Amino acid sequence: MSETLTRSGAAADTRRTGPFATTSGRRRYAVVLGVLVVLALLATYGILGYGNKADFMSRQWVTIAGLRIETVVVILVVAFCQSFATVSFQTATQNRILTPSIMGFESMYVAIQTAAVFFLGISGVTLLDGPARFFLQSGIMVLMAVLLYSWLLSGRFGNLHIMLLVGVVIGGGLGSLSTFMQRLLEPNEFDVLSARLLGSISNASTENLPYVIPVCLVTGVAIWLRSRRMNLMALGRDATNNLGLNHRRELMTTLLLVSIMMAMTTSLVGPMTFLGFLVATLAYSLTDTYDHRLVLPVAFLAGYTVLALAYFVLRNVFYAGGAVTIIVELVGGIVFLTVLLRKGRL
Amino acid sequence: MISLENVFKRYSDDVAVGPVTLDIPRGGVTALVGPNGAGKSTVLTMIGRLQDPDAGTIRVGGHDVARTPSKTIAKVLSILRQENHFVTRLTVRQLVGFGRYPHSRGRLTAEDERHISQAVEFLNLGELQDRFLDQLSGGQRQRAYVAMVLAQDTDYVLLDEPLNNLDMQHSVQMMKQLRRAADELGRTIVIVLHDINYAAHYADRIVAMNDGRLSEVGPPEEIVRGEVLSRIFNTPVEVVDGPQGRPVCVYF
Ligand SMILES: Nc1ncnc2c1ncn2[C@@H]1O[C@H](COP(=O)(O)OP(=O)(O)O)[C@@H](O)[C@H]1O
Ligand SMILES: [Mg+2]
Repeated sequence: MSETLTRSGAAADTRRTGPFATTSGRRRYAVVLGVLVVLALLATYGILGYGNKADFMSRQWVTIAGLRIETVVVILVVAFCQSFATVSFQTATQNRILTPSIMGFESMYVAIQTAAVFFLGISGVTLLDGPARFFLQSGIMVLMAVLLYSWLLSGRFGNLHIMLLVGVVIGGGLGSLSTFMQRLLEPNEFDVLSARLLGSISNASTENLPYVIPVCLVTGVAIWLRSRRMNLMALGRDATNNLGLNHRRELMTTLLLVSIMMAMTTSLVGPMTFLGFLVATLAYSLTDTYDHRLVLPVAFLAGYTVLALAYFVLRNVFYAGGAVTIIVELVGGIVFLTVLLRKGRL
Repeated sequence: MISLENVFKRYSDDVAVGPVTLDIPRGGVTALVGPNGAGKSTVLTMIGRLQDPDAGTIRVGGHDVARTPSKTIAKVLSILRQENHFVTRLTVRQLVGFGRYPHSRGRLTAEDERHISQAVEFLNLGELQDRFLDQLSGGQRQRAYVAMVLAQDTDYVLLDEPLNNLDMQHSVQMMKQLRRAADELGRTIVIVLHDINYAAHYADRIVAMNDGRLSEVGPPEEIVRGEVLSRIFNTPVEVVDGPQGRPVCVYF
């Protein structure tokens, strides 16, 4: 628009359009970030150093901490995957309630694993092992998830609610299908399967970490670099297309990245239905900005803090480190219900 | 110039829009009128490549909208749909800032800020610019959306019933501003209008649709006549002389 259009001339030119509506919003963000970092560090120190009688950072201390560092790494990876995947998914589907987990991304992973044991038997599945198996399984899951969810999200259902409902039902269906196949397994087959499936924070499939970490880093960077596109995508299909992004392509890319993240976290600790929801909801209520470059770090830190604190408290106060996922799921589920009931809509 | 050639869209066995063949010359305000369900929104969204036609070609400023990258089109035409709803919580200024995306790819420069300020001023949103959209009335929000497409700074601007929710004062103001954008900046504005009187008063051309097809195309003097309008809107319309010798349509 040229100068001729303005009423009050160029007086307003000094205004900046930022991700925060007010300066107090910016200050609040800094405080939130600071508090989360401090909490995260405290929780990490707690996990590494609790009951560690040696002097801090002495050789003995480091040896003992080294035995526990794997847990911290697992929590980092899980929080990273769940937070990035959930925030991206909610942006792509323009809703703040449903998450990849609730829509059944993880059930799909479990179903694929179960089907492999069910149809190929132990000898079949143990034929492939190590990185080959890991990448094959993750690859199949990502492929299936992208196919299923891009079909679902292609707009053929017209209505977001119906589409998401179908997703939830498919997720539930896949879960029941897995349970059904598991019932029919031989006991020793079931043993092999549950050793692979039933992960938890304190008993994660850490043998996968060498592949999971680089994959997560690459995917995380890809999501991060797409932040500005996602800011736009959050405005919906029409606004995205109008402003020059191909919405369909963006949606597919996002789904691909989300499925990779979900495959990684599931391969480590198994399904966690409500963690992603909890973390994304926390991040949005703490930050109040549209900018993904600000939301993503807060979601990640919040996820890490929640998991690490829960692990620390449960392990050292209640001696029940294995129950972390159960407790986090319980809290996440309650928050989910509260938000749903308060909003009264999807 | 916007040109449509045999553009056709089928929704179901008995609902289809087109085939439409139409040339809208560069510059000026073109009003798209017709009864509910006539196909105005369908045609507008197909021109704005938010919907793909089943057949036919659409060219805007020489670009075939189906073939040209969306990125390029976004600097040539902008479109505002009839209904808009965003999950993201945005202030008016942030929303208008998104209109700069085709130029800035999300990194706003001083130049972008200038365009944003101008669009905000243009729609008298100065005092509201730091309010969140969910703290505005329907009409104020509607003006914010229009400011967003104006900030996009494109030659062609397509608006689907932008006067929805606007009171008398703001409807008139919006039409006057769009008129100025056309006259002073040479923008080509295509606007779906509900009220034939606004079309009669502010448009250079009226394109009337009925039942999925074009029924009349011409300057207001030709379209704004009792028998023509009665036919288009399937309801008796009388045209009387209003103030300043301009026609006024009476249909109640
Ligand atoms: N998404 C859709 N699915 C099926 N039918 C539609 C859809 N959108 C519009 N229609 C139908 O197409 C016709 C034209 O609609 P539309 O272009 O919205 O009309 P207008 O904007 O002139 O009121 C109507 O009969 C409407 O019911
Ligand atoms: Mg319409």
